[in-house]
Amino acid sequence: MTEPLLRVRDLKTYFVTEQGSGTARAVDGVSFDVYPGETLGVVGESGCGKTVTSLSILRLIPEPPGHIRPGSFIEFEGRNLLTLAPKELRAVRGNRIAMIFQEPMTSLNPVFTVGHQIAEAAIVHQSLSRRAARARAIEMLTLVGIPDPGERVDHYPHQMSGGMRQRVMIAMALICHPQLLIADEPTTALDVTIQAQILELLDRLQRELGMAVMLITHDLGVVAGSADRVVVMYAGQVVEQASTGELFARPLHPYTEGLLASVPRLDTRVSQVRGRLHSIPGQVPAATSWPAGCRFHPRCPYAWDRCAVEEPPLLDSAGAEAGTHTVRCWLLTEPERRERHP
Amino acid sequence: MTPAPLVQVDGLVKRFPGERGLFGLGRARRTVRAVDGVSFAIAAGQTLGLVGESGCGKSTVGRTILRLIEPDAGRVTLGGADVVALGGRELRALRRRMQIVFQDPYGSLNPRMTVQQTLAEPLAIHRLATGLEAKRRVAALLDEVGLDPAFAAAYPHELSGGQRQRVGIARALSVEPQFLVLDEPVSALDVSVQAQVLNLLADLQRKRRLTYLFIAHDLAVVKHIADDVAVMYLGKIVERAPATGLYAGPRHPYTTSLLSAVPVPDPKAQRQRIVLQGEVPSPASPPAGCPFHPRCPHPRKNERCRTEPPALREVATGQFAACHFAEQPM
Ligand SMILES: Nc1ncnc2c1ncn2[C@@H]1O[C@H](COP(=O)(O)OP(=O)(O)OP(=O)(O)O)[C@@H](O)[C@H]1O
Ligand SMILES: Nc1ncnc2c1ncn2[C@@H]1O[C@H](COP(=O)(O)OP(=O)(O)OP(=O)(O)O)[C@@H](O)[C@H]1O
Ligand code: SF4
Ligand code: SF4
Ligand SMILES: [Mg+2]
Ligand SMILES: [Mg+2]
Repeated sequence: MTEPLLRVRDLKTYFVTEQGSGTARAVDGVSFDVYPGETLGVVGESGCGKTVTSLSILRLIPEPPGHIRPGSFIEFEGRNLLTLAPKELRAVRGNRIAMIFQEPMTSLNPVFTVGHQIAEAAIVHQSLSRRAARARAIEMLTLVGIPDPGERVDHYPHQMSGGMRQRVMIAMALICHPQLLIADEPTTALDVTIQAQILELLDRLQRELGMAVMLITHDLGVVAGSADRVVVMYAGQVVEQASTGELFARPLHPYTEGLLASVPRLDTRVSQVRGRLHSIPGQVPAATSWPAGCRFHPRCPYAWDRCAVEEPPLLDSAGAEAGTHTVRCWLLTEPERRERHP
Repeated sequence: MTPAPLVQVDGLVKRFPGERGLFGLGRARRTVRAVDGVSFAIAAGQTLGLVGESGCGKSTVGRTILRLIEPDAGRVTLGGADVVALGGRELRALRRRMQIVFQDPYGSLNPRMTVQQTLAEPLAIHRLATGLEAKRRVAALLDEVGLDPAFAAAYPHELSGGQRQRVGIARALSVEPQFLVLDEPVSALDVSVQAQVLNLLADLQRKRRLTYLFIAHDLAVVKHIADDVAVMYLGKIVERAPATGLYAGPRHPYTTSLLSAVPVPDPKAQRQRIVLQGEVPSPASPPAGCPFHPRCPHPRKNERCRTEPPALREVATGQFAACHFAEQPM
């Protein structure tokens, strides 16, 4: 099998909170791989640590209050990103690995034209002249499907719609042909129609440019259509990891099951959907006080006494090749409990 | 026979004066026709889902119906009472019967007021309860929306998005309305919390026999709650039908496209996706003819679409669509 492009091992990113309410263990022992050219979906509810994971990869965690714990390991193209010197890190960031941030408006600078902002990366990383960089910016705007790119290049962010700003963000991220694109909720703030456009654009660009994409979202629908593999996060940990087909056909973690069941669906008849939607009771706890034992146990319909005291490790699912479908749940060792459940 | 509608809206129009460019420089822009002749009715105890892309005028419809903003033309009645004509005390009395829940659970609550204060305020304004009685009612409301009564002492920043939305719903319910405008009440929430809030709304509707105008941009969410659905584009309703008919057989190409854009949580679903090209044109200068024509994927789209605006007409029983080719849907 090919070597992973990115290897994350036992990543722990903690924050010291101000009010002395303790340490927020935002990311707490996360491991996963991203292979060249694939799309890895990262899914989970708000607050489960998706953004902190991606910011940690780029070492963009504000220190203090945050810090990446010793023992964490992030290897990209064979180098440990956590020990890179600032200069080497800058050569990776925005160049080999690019990121689209969750908030397109706050991550574009309102006082510069979009062309200026897109070109900046090319000037920094590829030492292009201003004029060549501007031409590259227009090329990128064309690539991401913005009409009248020659004119739009001189526009300011506020003159654009949300969908167009998101395209600009993608253009900025891709100008240096990164090997890995981290897209943090790239479509959450957008209409479904524009979301479909952006997802199609990302798909096309990935095929054309052969890059890997880490697609972060809380919407399993988005993942189903775009990802090759999926990592499900809960309470700062990976709770399930599998190929997309396998995950949707055989979700094994009760959290994944619950997430899937709560998605409002179109492919059911009106008479069937009227009535109650499935929902996961309760909510994600605060990162300063993850529950003991299995972190999902207060919300889990299958939980029994063992779950409240013993923390399950990531276990291989029976019937799948080792490491291809892993699940953090005691049901894997006591499957009869699932059957006994009503 | 269908029951008499509780809410009836006829020919609703709302224009906004054109804004100027940045810093007030440049030419004044043309008037925005945010709502351009919208009509519908909602029977008591039923839900109308109002759907469309950002900027199509959904919130403006909701707000003009409640007269949070004044309509420029049109008629709105609630249980026969003319909402637009009323003033003063009568309007205040009518307002008690219709309430709104806003999209943004973060922005819609006063950060300096506790949940208790937020919920007691409308009770005091409408002279429904004060003091101990208000406390008792607030506790009952919190219980009804599934919040621990201990949350009465909490401030908004201490609540999660879903909890804030529950407080917003409790606030709207506090004056015991008949009609609720729900302006994207779950759009900002995670799927699991979204499901909790949708279930809560369905339960409350059954228990209190509430009538809902449910605004959303996602047809999948609407499918779980609406009896009827109206689809808006550039200030106009382009399709309106009972939910069963609309989901089984949309007649307007825009509805078809919106349905096709909803992501399906099933990797095996090989759908023929229609990805709409371009974005919604500015409502200050809507295209001539059929306003949807620049983006319309209908294979039969022709010259007529570019010149003649299609009227909203009944194409199947109870199903209205504004498209020249509604008889040959995509
Ligand atoms: N600067 C910070 N200081 C303290 N806690 C933080 C900080 N940044 C993040 N956290 C905490 O870390 C946890 C994970 O946050 P993160 O932003 O990664 O969640 P997420 O999965 O991206 O959620 P969302 O879907 O809302 O974007 C949260 O509980 C959050 O409160
Ligand atoms: N107070 C206002 N002044 C000027 N224009 C306005 C005002 N309120 C709304 N508009 C314009 O009216 C149109 C309809 O806006 P509205 O907020 O009703 O849309 P919407 O369908 O609710 O969109 P969204 O999904 O983004 O909430 C938009 O073009 C908007 O810019
Ligand atoms: S370990 Fe127990 S509580 Fe945790 S997910 Fe599995 S069954 Fe539920
Ligand atoms: S009238 Fe023509 S342009 Fe308008 S929706 Fe129908 S087919 Fe499309
Ligand atoms: Mg995030
Ligand atoms: Mg709105």
